[in-house]
Parts: sequence; structure tokens; C-alpha cells
Amino acid sequence: MTRYLTRRLLTGILLVFLATTLAFMLASFTMQPRENYLSRNPPIPESSIDQKLDEVNQNDKTPVFQRYATWISGVARGNFGLTTEGRSINDEMGRRIGVTLRLLFVGSVVGAVFGVLLGVWGALRQYGYSDRIITVFSFFMLATPVFFTAVLLKYGALQLNQLTGRQLLYYTGETSVGLTGSAWTLFVDRIQHLILPTLAIALGEMALYSRYQRSAMLDVLGSDYLRTAQAKGLTRRKTFYKHGLRTALIPMTIWFAFSFGLLIVGATFTEVIFSWPGMGAWFIDSVRKQDINVAAATTLFTAVLVLFSTFLADVFRAILDPRVRTG
Amino acid sequence: MALEPLIPDEVLHEPTAGGVDEGELTEALSRNQLVWRRFRRSRSGIGGIAVLLFLFLLAFVGPYLAQWNYEDIDPTAFLRPPSASHWFGTTQIGQDVFAQTMRGLQKSLIIGLLVGLISTSIAAIVGATAGYFGGWVENASLFTVSLMLVLPDFLIIAIISPRLQDASWLWFVLLLAIFQWTLTALVVHSLTLSLKRREFVSAARFMGVPSRTIISRHLLPNMASFLIIDATITVGAAVLLETGLSYFGFGIQPPDVSLGTLIADGTASAITFPWLFLFAGGLLVVTVLAVSVIGDALRDAIDPQSTARAS
Repeated sequence: MTRYLTRRLLTGILLVFLATTLAFMLASFTMQPRENYLSRNPPIPESSIDQKLDEVNQNDKTPVFQRYATWISGVARGNFGLTTEGRSINDEMGRRIGVTLRLLFVGSVVGAVFGVLLGVWGALRQYGYSDRIITVFSFFMLATPVFFTAVLLKYGALQLNQLTGRQLLYYTGETSVGLTGSAWTLFVDRIQHLILPTLAIALGEMALYSRYQRSAMLDVLGSDYLRTAQAKGLTRRKTFYKHGLRTALIPMTIWFAFSFGLLIVGATFTEVIFSWPGMGAWFIDSVRKQDINVAAATTLFTAVLVLFSTFLADVFRAILDPRVRTG
Repeated sequence: MALEPLIPDEVLHEPTAGGVDEGELTEALSRNQLVWRRFRRSRSGIGGIAVLLFLFLLAFVGPYLAQWNYEDIDPTAFLRPPSASHWFGTTQIGQDVFAQTMRGLQKSLIIGLLVGLISTSIAAIVGATAGYFGGWVENASLFTVSLMLVLPDFLIIAIISPRLQDASWLWFVLLLAIFQWTLTALVVHSLTLSLKRREFVSAARFMGVPSRTIISRHLLPNMASFLIIDATITVGAAVLLETGLSYFGFGIQPPDVSLGTLIADGTASAITFPWLFLFAGGLLVVTVLAVSVIGDALRDAIDPQSTARAS
């Protein structure tokens, strides 16, 4: 098992390296940081544009391989370079990673837990009313893109706030700017900001997981060993939750890994729409500003996260499935 | 709850011949007829088809029913709510939201269909070639797939998008297709691995049938059902990806519109002028919903086992 995981880790590092290289090269071919300076008024002389671009290692007059060599040797030493404005990417990233990870963590945990519960609930009551309602809900959510969910939530929150006459839910930023008070006030403020963005990414996750969990659970419910367990005198509840659910969770680990990329993209939308200063919002910004270094750094972050999620899925699977552990 | 039947209802009721009308039992049915029969019996599948046809009709005929073109500007109505003259209201500069939404729907529908078709074709070719030939072709393809799975398609297309600003939207379609085929290719690959050991494939090979023909005549038709279902699912996914990218301005470029750009334009003032984004968003949800319901019904019709097991 350890050897297997080590091999996966090494392949993972290779994949991250290639993915980042690909992102840097692609960005170098498609993005023109120079354009940011060309439209200035009064016009900036070309030599000083060159100088500025050279400082941040984004001058298109330098051969792309040379720029790449400078960049990757910096990354290898833990230095991600400078933004087009000349600020340190490392500092900015330190602030932003936390924001994104918090959103992703809370969102995926809420989404996965409730999704699995809904799926199990639906499977145990197949074709009952609650099952039908859950099915319809998940079909709708799966057809709704995150940006639309987010905008609708924002709209709903405003109506709610107007209805109650109080600022119950916030829909911009992570915390209220300049708010002071006890730790409790700050905590409540944070929660009020967190609810909508979390819902925006968790609702889709819930729908996805509940569909897969339902069908995995139905597969298991029809199996012989559950009947045997019941025949031997275990209660229905015990067979379902101890024997059934555990087996039905195994295929879910694979879906967790595959859906994580989708979750990251969803978080990107959420960050932009709710104005959270996270990595996703930064990526969108970098494409708009044609900032090669930032685009490559955020892509690297995403690749690491995706691979980490597959790694995590492997670990979960090993915990749930003894065949993986021993074999 | 005492004893619940351990075998789900459908297994017992799933017709081997049960659904076929009595008088026709003797008549041999082709596979396609059987699939069509089963599909027709699924209410949601028929409903999905009906909705999708209606959306197409709406998108392509609707604009002729209204008096406004999507580029027209009505200087007498700025930001007006829906009315008899402007069915979906108007924008800040007096554009007719109905005409724009129809135009966006056209784009999103066409893009979805094209991407579904192209991406599933790429997946079929790559997956089958990799599985059939094995060796370095297989290794290279599988490695490419795992590399592409590390990078969400959204990110890559966004990075390429600055070059799309002036390009035709067909390039955008191609890009979407190029980054959507990976997961399907993995499944096609594993299906090929099991199919290529079957006797009919060996027989063809020993008779000297060229590899290309074996793949196109013997391997791919045998996974046609999977490919059809997958193409349907991809259409839905493609519409979502396209609107997502267009939402940020990385996809369809103005003055052209897609449902994504319309929702994006409406979002800014969504709170006070909901008609700017609600219609586009609603139609987007209905479109993807219809496509996924059709996909589900198709899977049930093509592979009744799947109904018995799940959904």
C-alpha cells in the first residue's frame, strides 16, 4: 500500500510539473502583458515598457524558453515571481490560498455529507415521496450552473434581508470591513458571509453525490450478503448502515476525485460573484489582465489540489475497502 | 417495514417481451425497434424530447414572431419590465431581452450539440485506438488523459481565450470539444480492451481486415449505446461549460451573445432588474435539464439492466 501511494505521489509530482509547464507555455503564447501599457495615455516609451516587463520576467521580446527557465528555476526554489504590477506572487498567494481552501473545505464537506445522506435516504425509500423530491431537486441542481445558483442566492438573500428588515446574510466579501467587537461578533459576521458562498458550491455537490450514492446504495441493497446478514438476525438498520453504506461508499471515493476539478471551477465562480479574494478570483483576474505568471501560479495550485484530491480518494478507498489495503 | 422485496420492482416487471403488444409477440423486433419502444414508454424521456424540440423551435422561430431584432435598440424603453411590446423587458440601452435571449439560446444549443458530437467522436477514436493497438500508443494516450484530468478544462480554455477575442466562434466550439473527451476516452479504452479479445474481432483480424476497419466496423458499433448516451451527457456538460466561460467573457464575444453572456450582463443589476437574467438563466436550466433527462431515458431504454440496478 505504501509503495503504491509513493508511486502515485511521484507520478503526481511529474504531472504537476508538466501541467504547470503547459500552462506557462500556453499563457505565454496567448497573453500579451504588453497590451496593458500600450493603451496608456500619455503613451509610455517602448524602452520603459520593456524595462518594466523585464523586471517581472514577462517581456515577449525575451525568448519564451529563457523566460520559462527563469520562472521554473524560481518556482523550484519556492519563488513564484512577480505580477505584471511588480508585486510578489508569494505574498499574495499566502493570503489567497487560505480563503480558497476554507471555501473548498467547508463546501465539499457540507456537499459530500448531505449528498451522501440524501442518496442513502432516497435509496432506502425508493420511489417514495421523499425519494422523488430528492431526485427532482438533484436533477434541477445538476442542470443549474454555479454562477446562476450564486446569483439566485444573492437575489434570494436580498429579499430575505428586506423581509426581515435586518442584514441576516451578506453577499460581498469574506468579512465586514472595519468591523470591531468581541470574538463572538466577528465569528457571527464570518458565518453570515460564509453561508451563501458555501451553499452556492455545496448545492451542486449535494445533487451530484446524492445521485451516485443512491444508485450505489441500490446496487448494494440488492446484494446477497445483505440478505444473508438479515437472515442471520441482524436488524435491518444495522445491515444497511454497517454493511450496506460502507460498501456503497467505495465507488463514491472515485467520484470524489473526479468531481473535485468541477468543485474548484465552481469555487472560482463563487469567489468572483461573492467577491472573495481567493485563488479562483485571482485566476480570472490574471486572464483579464493578461498576467502570465499569475495564471501559471494559480494553475499550479489547482493541479496540486486536484492531485491531492485523488490521493485523498485513494486513502479513503484503502480505509473502506480491505481488498485495496492488502492487495 | 417488514419484508421489502429484495429485487427491485423493475427486475420483475422489466419486459423481456412484456412491454410489446400482445399481437406482435411473434414478430421479431430489431434492436433499434426495441430500444425505441422502451424509450417511448418512458414519460420523462418523451417529455425531455418534447421540451428540447420546443426550445429549438423557440430559438429559431421565436425571433420572427417578435418585432425586435437582437441588435435593435428601442430608444423609448430603457430598463422596462416585461410588457406586450417587449415580452422579456428591455436592457439599459433599450435592447429587447426576448430577442437577445433567443439569439443566446440559438448559440448555446448549437454549441452544445456540436461539442457533444465532436468530443464523443474524439473520445471514441482515441480510446479505441489506444485500447486496440496497446503499446506506446496506449501509454501516450493514457498519459495525455491523466495530464488533462489534472487541469480543469475551464482553466485551460480561459488561458487560451485572449486569442479567441477576434476568432470565429467555431474555434471556441473546437476548443470546448478538445478538452471534454478525456473521461469518455477512458471508458471507451476499457470497453475496447474487453471487446478486442472476443472471437469476432480475432476472426476479422485473421482474415486480414485492416485495423482501421476493425475499429470502425467491429469495435465502435459494439459500444454505440454507450457512445450515444455519453454524447447526450456531453451536450449538457458542454452547454454548462460554454455558458460558464462566456459568463466571464472568455467564450462568445460581443456583439454576439450566448446564455452565459446574457446572465453575466444581467447579474450586475440582477437585484433590482431581475428580468435581465432570469429568463436566460431559466432557459439555460430547462435546456440542460431536458438533455439530461433524455440521456437518462436513453440509458434505461438501451440498457434496461441499469434501471433495474439504479435510478
